[in-house]
Amino acid sequence: MKLIIAIIQPDKLEEVKEELYKVQVNLITVSEVLGHGRQMGVTEIYRGAKESGNLLRKIRLEIAVNDNFAEPTIKAIVNGAKTQETGDGKIFVLDLKECVRIRTEERGSVAIG
Amino acid sequence: MINSGDTAWVLMSAALVLLMTPALAFFYGGMVRRKNVLSVLMQCFIVMCVLSLHWVLIGYSLSFAPAKGFWGGFAWAGLRGVGLEPYADYAGTIPHQAFMIYQCMFAIITPALIIGAFAERMKFSAFLVFTLLWATFVYAPLCHWVWGVGGFLRNLGALDFAGGTVVHINAGIAALVTAIVLGKRTNLEKNIPTPHNMPFVVLGTGLLWFGWFGFNAGSALAANGLAVNAFVVTNTAAASAGLSWALIEWLHNGKPTIFGLCSGAVAGLVAITPAAGFVSVIPAIIIGLLVSVFCFIAVTVIKPKFGYDDSLDAFGVHCVGGIWGALAVGLFASKAVNAAGTNGLFFGNPRQFLVQLIAVGVTIIFTGVLTVVIYKVVDLFIGVRVDKKSELMGLDLTQHRERAYTVLE
Repeated sequence: MKLIIAIIQPDKLEEVKEELYKVQVNLITVSEVLGHGRQMGVTEIYRGAKESGNLLRKIRLEIAVNDNFAEPTIKAIVNGAKTQETGDGKIFVLDLKECVRIRTEERGSVAIG
Repeated sequence: MINSGDTAWVLMSAALVLLMTPALAFFYGGMVRRKNVLSVLMQCFIVMCVLSLHWVLIGYSLSFAPAKGFWGGFAWAGLRGVGLEPYADYAGTIPHQAFMIYQCMFAIITPALIIGAFAERMKFSAFLVFTLLWATFVYAPLCHWVWGVGGFLRNLGALDFAGGTVVHINAGIAALVTAIVLGKRTNLEKNIPTPHNMPFVVLGTGLLWFGWFGFNAGSALAANGLAVNAFVVTNTAAASAGLSWALIEWLHNGKPTIFGLCSGAVAGLVAITPAAGFVSVIPAIIIGLLVSVFCFIAVTVIKPKFGYDDSLDAFGVHCVGGIWGALAVGLFASKAVNAAGTNGLFFGNPRQFLVQLIAVGVTIIFTGVLTVVIYKVVDLFIGVRVDKKSELMGLDLTQHRERAYTVLE
C-alpha cells in the first residue's frame, strides 16, 4: 500500500480529479495549504509595511492506494496538473504500513478501496 | 423657489444611490473567486474616487450643459455657473448643485456595473483608463441625449424615468462587448468558477434594493406623489422578480436558490427603473414577474450557447432587464400616473413603443461601437488583460499585493 501526497495549483484540482476518476481512483482527501517552491511567492504590502511571508495558496491531495494503483494514480495527477511551468507542484509517494476502515474494522488492502 | 422638503429628499436620495456602489462591490465581490475579491472591491471604490472628481470637473458639464449635438460641452466645467439656485429645466425646487450631486452618483455606478463583465482578468491600470474614457465618451453623450436640455432622444419623447437606457442598457451592452473582446477567463471549461462568498452577494443585494429607492423615487426630484409611486412600484417589481426567479429555479432545477432570488430581485429593480415614474402597481408586478424569465434565459441558455464570458452577468441582468424595462414603458406608461409622461401601447398610444425602441436601438449601437473603440485604444497603449500567470495567481496579489483572507492566523 502507498500513500500518495501531491501539492498542486488550486485551479488544476478539477482536471486532476477528472484524470483520477478515469483510472478508478475515487477516494481522495483535499486540503488547502500555503507554500512556495522556487517561485518564491509574492511580497504583500499592508499600509506600506512589506510582508515577505509570500506564501501562495496550493492544494494538497492525499490518496491511499494498493500498490498496483500507485503508478496509474501518479500518472493521473501528472496528466491533470502539468503545465510545464514553475509551480506545477510535487508528488510524494510513501509506504503505507496500515489502513483501517472504521465502520467494519477491516484492515489492509481490503480496507483501502 | 427652493423647497426644503424636496431638497432634503434629493440629498438623501443621492446618499442612497452612492451606497449602491459599495453594495455592488459586495454583490460582485461575493461572486468572484476569493483570490479576486479585493480587485473587485478596489475597482468599485476607485470608481467612486475618480468619477466623483471627473463629474465636478467636466462630467456634469458634458452631460447636462444645455447644447444641441454630441454632448453638453464645457460651459459648466468645474461647476462654473452651477450654483445654489434652482435650474428650472432640470429641477425647479432644489438647488442646482443638489441635482448635480444626485446625478453624480448615477455617473459613478454606471461604469461600475461593467466590472461584472471583465472581472477576474483585467489589468488595474487599463481598467482605470478605460473607465475614464468610457465615462467621457460614452456615458456623458448618452446621458446628454436622453436627459440633457437639447438632447435628441429627449426631444424625440423617449421616456427614461431613472436610467434604464442611460444606466442599465448602456452599462449592459458595454459589458457584453468587453466580455467578447477581452476573451474568456483562462481554463474556464475545466475549472468552473463558483461564488466564493454567497452571504456577500445577499448583503450586496439587500443594500442595492435599499439604495434603489433613492435611485428611482429620488428621480422624481421632489418629495411628492410621483416619488411615492416610484417607491411603491420599485419595491413591488423587485419583490415579484425575486420570487419569480426562485420559482423558475424550483420548477427547472428542483430547488430554489438564494443566488437566484438575489439575481431576480436585482433584475426586477433594473427593469422597473425606466418605468418607475410612468406605470402603476399592477404593470409593476407584470414587469417584475417577466424580467426574471428573460434574464434567466439570457444567463442560462444564451450565454452558454454563444460562449462569451460575461463573468458576473452584467449583460444578462442589466442589459436584458433594462431593455425589457425600457420597452415596458412603451407598453404600460399611463398619464394617470404621471401627467408629464405619456400613454403607452396598452393605453392607446402605439407611437410611444416605437420611440422607446428607437432609444434602445440607438443606445445599443452607439455604446457597442464606442466601447470597442475605447477598448482597442487602451489595449494598444497599455494592454487590457493581465498575463496568464497573474490571472491564475489572482488579481488581489498581482495587481494590489494584498489578500482578502489569511489561512494562517
